[in-house]
Amino acid sequence: MTDLWDGLAQALWLVATFDPELVEIAARSLRVTLSALVVASAIAMPLAALLAVRRFRWRRVIIAILNALMGLPPVVVGLVVYVMLSRAGPFGVLGLLFTPTAMIIAQVIIIVPLIASIAHQSLRDLWQDYHDLLISMNVTQWQKIRTLLWDTRRALLTAALAGFGRAIGEVGAIMIVGGNIDHATRVLTTAIALETGKGDFALALALGFVLIGLAVAVNLAIHWLSRTEREGRW
Amino acid sequence: MIRKFLIGIAALCFAQAALAADVMKMAVTTSFHNSGLAEVLLPEIMKDLDLEVQLLVVGTGQALKLGRAGDVDAILVHSKAAEEVFVAEGFGTHRREIMYNDFVFIGPSADPAAIAGADSAAASLQKIATAQAPFVSRGDDSGTHKKELSLWVAAGLEPAAFGDWYKAVGAGMGAALNTASGMNAYILSDRASWLNFGNKGDLALLYSGDPVLFNQYAYLPVNPALHSHVKTDLAQKLEDWLVSDRAKELIDSYQINGETLFVFNAKPE
Amino acid sequence: MSDLFPLTVRGATTRRRGKVLVGPVDLTLSGNGACVVIGPNGSGKTTLLRLLHGAARLSSGTIDWACPMAKARRAQAFVFQRPVMLRRSVLDNIAYPLIIRGTSRAQARAQARDWAERVGLGDMLDRAAPVLSGGEQQKLALARALIGQPKLLFLDEPCTALDGSAMREIEQILTDAKAAGTRLILSTHDMGQARRLADQVVFLLRGQVHESGPAAEFFETPRTEQARAFLKGDIVE
Repeated sequence: MTDLWDGLAQALWLVATFDPELVEIAARSLRVTLSALVVASAIAMPLAALLAVRRFRWRRVIIAILNALMGLPPVVVGLVVYVMLSRAGPFGVLGLLFTPTAMIIAQVIIIVPLIASIAHQSLRDLWQDYHDLLISMNVTQWQKIRTLLWDTRRALLTAALAGFGRAIGEVGAIMIVGGNIDHATRVLTTAIALETGKGDFALALALGFVLIGLAVAVNLAIHWLSRTEREGRW
Repeated sequence: MIRKFLIGIAALCFAQAALAADVMKMAVTTSFHNSGLAEVLLPEIMKDLDLEVQLLVVGTGQALKLGRAGDVDAILVHSKAAEEVFVAEGFGTHRREIMYNDFVFIGPSADPAAIAGADSAAASLQKIATAQAPFVSRGDDSGTHKKELSLWVAAGLEPAAFGDWYKAVGAGMGAALNTASGMNAYILSDRASWLNFGNKGDLALLYSGDPVLFNQYAYLPVNPALHSHVKTDLAQKLEDWLVSDRAKELIDSYQINGETLFVFNAKPE
Repeated sequence: MSDLFPLTVRGATTRRRGKVLVGPVDLTLSGNGACVVIGPNGSGKTTLLRLLHGAARLSSGTIDWACPMAKARRAQAFVFQRPVMLRRSVLDNIAYPLIIRGTSRAQARAQARDWAERVGLGDMLDRAAPVLSGGEQQKLALARALIGQPKLLFLDEPCTALDGSAMREIEQILTDAKAAGTRLILSTHDMGQARRLADQVVFLLRGQVHESGPAAEFFETPRTEQARAFLKGDIVE
């Protein structure tokens, strides 16, 4: 219990003093996760729209796989990415192992199924609504996808935030592919694991509180940004 | 206004920090990193050589694996037999001894197995086994784990045949110490990890000093003949620094709670 | 654009799971004005409209326009019984068909504003379409259908569940559209509306065209007993 209070006090102190190391780690957490989020959304959302709009042979199989992959164990993703990016692996020449890029790749793999599955649910519902109208208007496949993505953007935002939440709190995979290198690939979650390992629970908790605060702040910021857009028209 | 502020913060996140002229990666063991010595040496290396050494903190087993795959430029570990195999198989160019520290036996302060007065490491292990007192083993194929196994064998005991009291946790030094603290169990730890450990609970240092507990650290550059991308020149620069008088002074004077941890013993070429 | 009509339907049938929903239908439509499809519930009015529009699968038979099918499709619009509202503003809903066709956003919006004015939605351009009342939604759907200047407009029971004033407004819009040269094919169960709007009548019964012809003739002297009974308000099956 005392650790908890110590942690809280230490968290406040670190934030209040703009502890340079904390700022560096927190900024890296955000940078890695937001990059992964942008890439993952750019893959997952059009994919989800395509799955909602098109009837092709492997559609159901792909949807089932995506749903199953939502529970993908991050450690396994980390290991696979590690083996791929290792100098001894197929993409070794790129020299990406133990870099933030490797962490972004792992996070993208982890959250694409999550974002695609959640997005697909709302896109499918909207497509049922729109189906008759859009078919009657002879819109092209590409226009269908664009219309659906735009009109369900708030549900997509929720999907993206779910992806963000999973990515920013992830530790297993990025520990393996990033290596938790100080000043290079250390992020909040791996720093927490490190401090826990040292038995410094108070500092680990402090970092944990900062992580939670950061996640909440990003959620609020994104909601706030999207709200201003929404009040104008729809 | 608030929007601009948020965009500013986002931009800040993506701004890259200025980097050192040279960057190399070195795999080190958890015990070395937990000692805190790295935090003393790395800034000095940065200052003297303008070289940023990125540390991958892993177990000895994984450190050797990273070297084999060419994912790091050099390794600093403490498992002589495995290191010699590494060099013999051609993955490392050579093995350079740098310094040593020692392992210690940690246990509940009440010391139910009464190892505090033992006359050797083997004797204390025999006492623990006889008392069947809870013992936490790293169980992760690390240098410390290998050391522990060899100590049991030297004491004429076979860990594979132990009962429930012997718990292999398959975790790093810190996590294993956390477990031992939670269970009030005996454990073998390197001195540095123990001194820096923040969750001691009822644990205490009970036995140390047997020369078999000394723990030799060696530096092994990865062989550029196998991995052409390895930064051999930087690895050489670092080695020269690690065996220099400057490093000797820093290593020998490093203390935690007034205790000296490492003894520099690199020999000039 | 070449003309759509005459429309020639020969033995058109649509089945689902082996059951015939509509057909076989033989029908020839030409000229202009409004063709009203009437018939009891379940007689296949909606399915026939969809079939002609190409939105329901033709199981057998042929539907031929005076121009190629793809071209004919682009000259048509369809207003559904329960209008589909895009989750956008009123203005963006009406502008949507033009934007789909590649009209610039500014131009599409200007035209949409014009059409919103015409159907009486001029003061709610920025409102979210899905929260409009039933009558407003139907007017929006009409404006959205008419903005593309279709040669042919399908309407599936456009005034179900609307009150008198909303119905009057909508019929006025339809009359205007007809006068501007848009051919209408609409289904309705409201005989008053059928009489007010129809130039031709198609009377459907159990998925087949039971009787068809000029409206005046049909309403004055129906040829079949079922049509007479239906017009009288009896239950016909």
